[in-house]
Amino acid sequence: MAVATGKSFASRFGVHIAVFIFVAIWTVPTLGILVSSLRDKDQIIASGWWNSFASSTQTEAGRLPPASAQVEKDGKFVLEGNIFGDDPARDISAFGVKSSAPTQYPAGTTADLGDGETLQLNADGSFVMTSTKPFEGERGQRVYYASSAPPKFTTDNYDTVLFSEGIGRSFMNSLTVTIPATVIPILIAAFAAYALAWMRFPGRALLIAVIIGLLVVPLQMSLIPLLKLYNGVGSFFGVPSKTYLGIWLAHTGFGLPFAIYLLRSYIAGLPREIMESARIDGASDFEIFVKIVLPLSFPVLASFAIFQFLWVWNDLLVAMVFLGTEGDQIVLTAKLNALLGSRGGDWEILTTSAFITIVVPLIVFFSLQRYFVRGLLAGSVKGG
Amino acid sequence: MAAQIFSAITVIIIGVGGCVAYFWGANKLVDIIFPSRGVAGAAAIDNLRRQGLIRPWLFVGPAMIILTIYLIYPVVETLRLSFLDRGGANFVGFTNYEWAFGDREFRSSILNNIIWLAVVPAACTFLGLIIAVLTDKIWWGTIAKSLIFLPLAISFVGASVIWKFIYEYRGAGQTQIGLLNAIIQYFGGQPQVWISLPFWNNFFLMIILIWIQTGFAMVILSSALRGIPEETLEAAVIDGANPFQIFWKIMVPQIWGTIAVVWTTITILVLKVFDIVLTMTNGQWNSQVLANLMFDWMFRGGGDFGRGATIAIIIMIAVIPIMVWNIRQANKETGGH
Repeated sequence: MAVATGKSFASRFGVHIAVFIFVAIWTVPTLGILVSSLRDKDQIIASGWWNSFASSTQTEAGRLPPASAQVEKDGKFVLEGNIFGDDPARDISAFGVKSSAPTQYPAGTTADLGDGETLQLNADGSFVMTSTKPFEGERGQRVYYASSAPPKFTTDNYDTVLFSEGIGRSFMNSLTVTIPATVIPILIAAFAAYALAWMRFPGRALLIAVIIGLLVVPLQMSLIPLLKLYNGVGSFFGVPSKTYLGIWLAHTGFGLPFAIYLLRSYIAGLPREIMESARIDGASDFEIFVKIVLPLSFPVLASFAIFQFLWVWNDLLVAMVFLGTEGDQIVLTAKLNALLGSRGGDWEILTTSAFITIVVPLIVFFSLQRYFVRGLLAGSVKGG
Repeated sequence: MAAQIFSAITVIIIGVGGCVAYFWGANKLVDIIFPSRGVAGAAAIDNLRRQGLIRPWLFVGPAMIILTIYLIYPVVETLRLSFLDRGGANFVGFTNYEWAFGDREFRSSILNNIIWLAVVPAACTFLGLIIAVLTDKIWWGTIAKSLIFLPLAISFVGASVIWKFIYEYRGAGQTQIGLLNAIIQYFGGQPQVWISLPFWNNFFLMIILIWIQTGFAMVILSSALRGIPEETLEAAVIDGANPFQIFWKIMVPQIWGTIAVVWTTITILVLKVFDIVLTMTNGQWNSQVLANLMFDWMFRGGGDFGRGATIAIIIMIAVIPIMVWNIRQANKETGGH
């Protein structure tokens, strides 16, 4: 592929621009939730996350002091003070006295409210209201103003989500499900793959054919019978039907055909001489497997491990069926799905939770990308 | 939290340790019952032969048992259940299948699945191919590929949250915090509630899957492109072919097999798409698909296993021919391994 097909400067430049646009489309969505998860929760709903590094503008309402605070100056009645009171000052850009026109007057100008009344509201929040007649009434004048707050980044959302929304607990649950559900199928598949590749026994060819046949079975086929089976076993022995052991075995079962298929084709390709010389030296099949085959198969084991880890960590369907949608054992994906229902508009909760659920796969993915790609290339037939 | 971490670690050790203990223990047991060392020659040979008979089954045994329980038995059982009523007690013949094809929601799911099948695999393969070709020509191509590949590591639920945030809707004239509506409003358009727009909402859900799967297509196709012999490209350049001719007439035909494998792999995935629809709309606003409909029937009103099983069978009937063809194709590519 060293042959450059576009030689001119313009077409090279075009390639850079095109790739840049693709990269932007593929990264900006994820960036959006990362940035939002670090923003103040009031600012998330006040402005788009792409504006998060600029000050955010929001329209607020305040009330001037009541008539009792007025003083008489040069024959006019005057109310003075600061609209923010003791709160930290923000920048006011415009103000108004009607909710239908909250930003009618630019800050610093004197608005004529009619009836001999004027109001001036400055950018720092100080105001002067004058009237030719005395002010009356218990309640002061309502004032609307647009203020801008400086950008504010915080990790508060992470605290909230991890410790009070239950995401921390779900994170541990996900690890508890994922680690054994990755290791167990590797062990079982590796032994089976070795036997299918290098040991002689009746029915071997048939077994291989069955396993390749099972690659085509969609996961959906297994759900209802297994759910019934688990409920039956649970009520027969008086144990809960939704357990970690249950989901490990389910993930093992669904991952096994692909694991055996992938590992067998690799292990069968190992050089025959190594096995035979070990056998002549008196090594048993178990010793050959543990001391020779396992170390040599490391790359393919790593590929499958990453595959299975990502698949189990990201799975929602199996977790919802075999661990349930509520309770103590709920995993991250199911928790996130539940939050989408219960906290639909609370984007500070949703973006932060979503980022926590994707951070582990991203780390695994970036640190072990080489093995992952190798697994993809070897096993693009995975059914799941 | 500490107690939970401790119990998690304990559970993990028991689970993984139990598995290791089986393989190690079973082997030890065979060695003890039929010793091949430290016994007389004839007996040792006899025992070695017995070991050779037993040991393969110790190795494949766990896999066979688990595959039987988790895949073989369920296939038979699901088929049986699809001919039974909701509780699985009475035989009802083809009633469930008749119900399915008469049901409005089922037909709408089939229709939506067909639209997904027509759009997603094609879009992923096409975009993946374009990006693979373009990134091959620039010095930062590897970084670009990594970034486009990245969504493949993100769960469907996570991706749904990411895109729901992009599709977020606020009334016209208000500050839009969803990127798509903000862009529309910036150019003077009307903000829309994208995920409840009838018919078009399907496409907004498909975008999520395309966003995830394009990286997969790109990586596989990129490695196939690298396998194209240089001479064929050089010859085309010398003959004065333009970049488009080289792409369509030289490169694409040579990687046709890989394109087909990528296409069919994504097709199978699309047939089983579930998480995205569940989290984005749960099938509302005419966006239902088969896999989500099946999940729905498994639990709706206490669960109707007969109808659920029927939908599973229909998914399987759709998946199998594609899968069989795909495995054949893949075996042909890798030379029978």
